[in-house]
Amino acid sequence: MSVESFIDITLLVFLGLTAFAILKLRALFAVVMLSSVFSLLSAGLLVHLDAVDVAFTEAAVGAGISTVLMLATLALTSRREKAPTRTQALPLIVVFLTGMALVYGTLDMPRFGDASAPVHNHVAPKYINDTASEIGMPNIVTAVLASYRGFDTLGEVTVIFTAGIGVLLLLGAYIREPTGLRVQTMDHHLVLRVVTKVLIGPILLFALYVQFHGDYGPGGGFQAGVIFAAAFIIYALVFGLENARKAVPGSAVRMLVACGVLLYGGVGVVSFAFGQNYLNYSVLGASQVAGQHLGILLVEFGVGLTVSAVMVSTFYAFAGQNPPISDEDW
Amino acid sequence: MGTTDILGLFNYWMVIVLMMIGLYIVVSRGNLVKKVVGLNIFQTSVFLLYISMGKISGGTAPILTGKPEVYSNPLPHVLILTAIVVGVATTALGLALVVRIKNAYDTIEEDEIQAVDDDDEFGSAEDVQP
Repeated sequence: MSVESFIDITLLVFLGLTAFAILKLRALFAVVMLSSVFSLLSAGLLVHLDAVDVAFTEAAVGAGISTVLMLATLALTSRREKAPTRTQALPLIVVFLTGMALVYGTLDMPRFGDASAPVHNHVAPKYINDTASEIGMPNIVTAVLASYRGFDTLGEVTVIFTAGIGVLLLLGAYIREPTGLRVQTMDHHLVLRVVTKVLIGPILLFALYVQFHGDYGPGGGFQAGVIFAAAFIIYALVFGLENARKAVPGSAVRMLVACGVLLYGGVGVVSFAFGQNYLNYSVLGASQVAGQHLGILLVEFGVGLTVSAVMVSTFYAFAGQNPPISDEDW
Repeated sequence: MGTTDILGLFNYWMVIVLMMIGLYIVVSRGNLVKKVVGLNIFQTSVFLLYISMGKISGGTAPILTGKPEVYSNPLPHVLILTAIVVGVATTALGLALVVRIKNAYDTIEEDEIQAVDDDDEFGSAEDVQP
């Protein structure tokens, strides 16, 4: 057995064990931490499967932001799951039969790593062969994401925008602007305070690097937006929500949520104005490649703006809820 | 079915195991936060399924190096990258709903929420006049 398949199998087995532990445990704090571990393990597996951009996103999103959101939810709800009262036989049978049907379905699938599988012989060769001449950037994933399938990505950004609006509506971001909230901070922890202050600068800088270097290496607007938001969230966690809101007011963040989508859509309208198809960037510059570069830079910036603003305003909405559990109760 | 077949399908089978654990958590557990975690496991396993299909043996990450190389399929990467961020946005929406349910029902256990609803609709046992 080669080293490659050894790594592959080890990571998959660890993922299975983590998922099983999540199923068995009833302490929700442990469940949330394990789901963070699950995300980090799957990010490792994604690197192994050559999906570096995806691994990047999964590590930032799954192990970072969604863990914070789940912990915030636990603080507002409860930290223990009640013992199941019903019999578990029916769900087990349903799940087992579904699994068996799916396994039966895999028997006809092309084997793992097979280069002649149908999935590799449709549009993928076009993307791989033409990206260098048509778009002129090394990262094929960014080229497909922002240019070849730019319309698709606009839809995804709109979904994120809509979900963000939904969270703000549900948790009432407008009603609970920061008056009368008991100030919750962790800044009496010296180590946390110092480490946070040292970390925030490099995190923001790294986010900008990921944003604007996404054409050449792994990265882009989605990853950068999440990392950028993580810097604000860590600040709010340690120095308190009110201080974070002083630095970045909630109203400004809500404005940025819409600005990103508007920028993305606006680039499409501009290419309309030049007499081209929607989101065809070739007309934006002197040459086709220059136009593509400019267009991709702009829409990726729009993506980053919306993603980070949605993450920050979602966090503000969760953290602004009453009653906060005090630090000592954890 | 030989060893190469088993190794060649192992990724898909493990993905199915993870998927089924996620599904089982969603249908069998009553706690709403646990359900959201179960959905996340299910979702991640779908991501792994797509990315596994895009892998080519001996391939490398789809970033052009200027040398002739075998690149893994970039298309699943694009689809899944956006799906992950959409996933966290919808997870946030689900968690916001959980918080609102907690505010309205004072519990996040499915059975107890159902009991409160039944009481509202049919009247609880204490309300019935002897």
